[in-house]
Amino acid sequence: MVEDELKPLMLASLRGEAAAHRELLSRLSGNLRVYYRGKLARIGRSATEAEDLVQEALMAIHMRRHTYDPAQLLTPWVRAIARYKLIDHLRHTRGSMSDVRIDGIDPLVEEDAAAGVESSIDLSRLMAGLPEKMRTAVQAVKLDGLSVAETATKFKMSESSVKVSVHRGLKALAAMIGREKLS
Amino acid sequence: MKTDDLIAMLGTNVEPVRRPAGRTLVLVIAGGVLLAACLVLAVMGLRPELDRSLPYLLLKIGLMLPILIPASIVLSRLARPGGERRVSLALLSLPLLAVMGLAIGALSLTPMSHWRTEIVGDEWIECLVSIPVIAIVPFATIIWAVRRMAPTDLVRAGAVSGLVAGCVSAMGYALHCAAESVAFISVWYGGTVVLCTLAGALLGPRLLRW
Repeated sequence: MVEDELKPLMLASLRGEAAAHRELLSRLSGNLRVYYRGKLARIGRSATEAEDLVQEALMAIHMRRHTYDPAQLLTPWVRAIARYKLIDHLRHTRGSMSDVRIDGIDPLVEEDAAAGVESSIDLSRLMAGLPEKMRTAVQAVKLDGLSVAETATKFKMSESSVKVSVHRGLKALAAMIGREKLS
Repeated sequence: MKTDDLIAMLGTNVEPVRRPAGRTLVLVIAGGVLLAACLVLAVMGLRPELDRSLPYLLLKIGLMLPILIPASIVLSRLARPGGERRVSLALLSLPLLAVMGLAIGALSLTPMSHWRTEIVGDEWIECLVSIPVIAIVPFATIIWAVRRMAPTDLVRAGAVSGLVAGCVSAMGYALHCAAESVAFISVWYGGTVVLCTLAGALLGPRLLRW
């Protein structure tokens, strides 16, 4: 990870600059993917599982970005989150390790899996599990790209209520991702 | 789900971060001190003859503050991801060791035949029970605040949360406590605060998981 390049992106993302935020998450996803694949491959786990963790960590970085102290380095903060999520994941999937069938892993698919690999997390299914207000707000603001003001008008909500619903919705999704990948 | 889709979603309409974490924790700890004091005054009452025993009250608070302040600073670091890299728990145990040193010093100045009355006193059990009980609510609110800051070393973050809650509680209890022996105060106040720390370390991984 390159501190000097990532930290300005993080500072911009804390100011609410969407392009910087996307760039940051996208750069970090590459690092996280290498990290998790390396760790999981050693214990015979799949690339899909690694991608689940990449997404869980990205979600955590996004939701917890207010805990980053700009006076400190960014990379140790990211590394701590990545490592925490890995340990948490391993601790809670220890029991299911025996379920991994060795013959079920196709080596060709495994090696071919580039950045485009999909996680086992089904976003639309998770979205369906959200309370209606949160789902509407997340769908409009985060997926359809409407502004908060547009969403508020369209669904006759106040702007602050839209913001709160989006925040709570993402928080709930993050929690569901944590549970989803265990099942 | 493709990771790029997730990034696109998270990167749409990004809200600026209004309130950086950290202030809440300070407020929660300060609130805990107030709460513990009010609880003790309302339920147990202020100890009588305060003017005469004021030096002992000040001693009790004076023993706890040098633990509480560094512990709060350490906790505000431990609470953030990767914060465990930036703290030294050895430094934190220094004031605690000083309290223990004071206990040993006070005992060595007391004839051994008086040890029983000095340490055991009349109300050691009240002290031993009250401080952890009063600590429960401050502990719960501290844990809530720390969890929001996403700690990555849950045992240590839990232990220091327990330590802070214990100190906060001991300072409140001091308003009621009638003990007037340096040995008693250092043994039981120090001991219960250590107990709260251990409880925090045990509960941390369960309560702080995020």
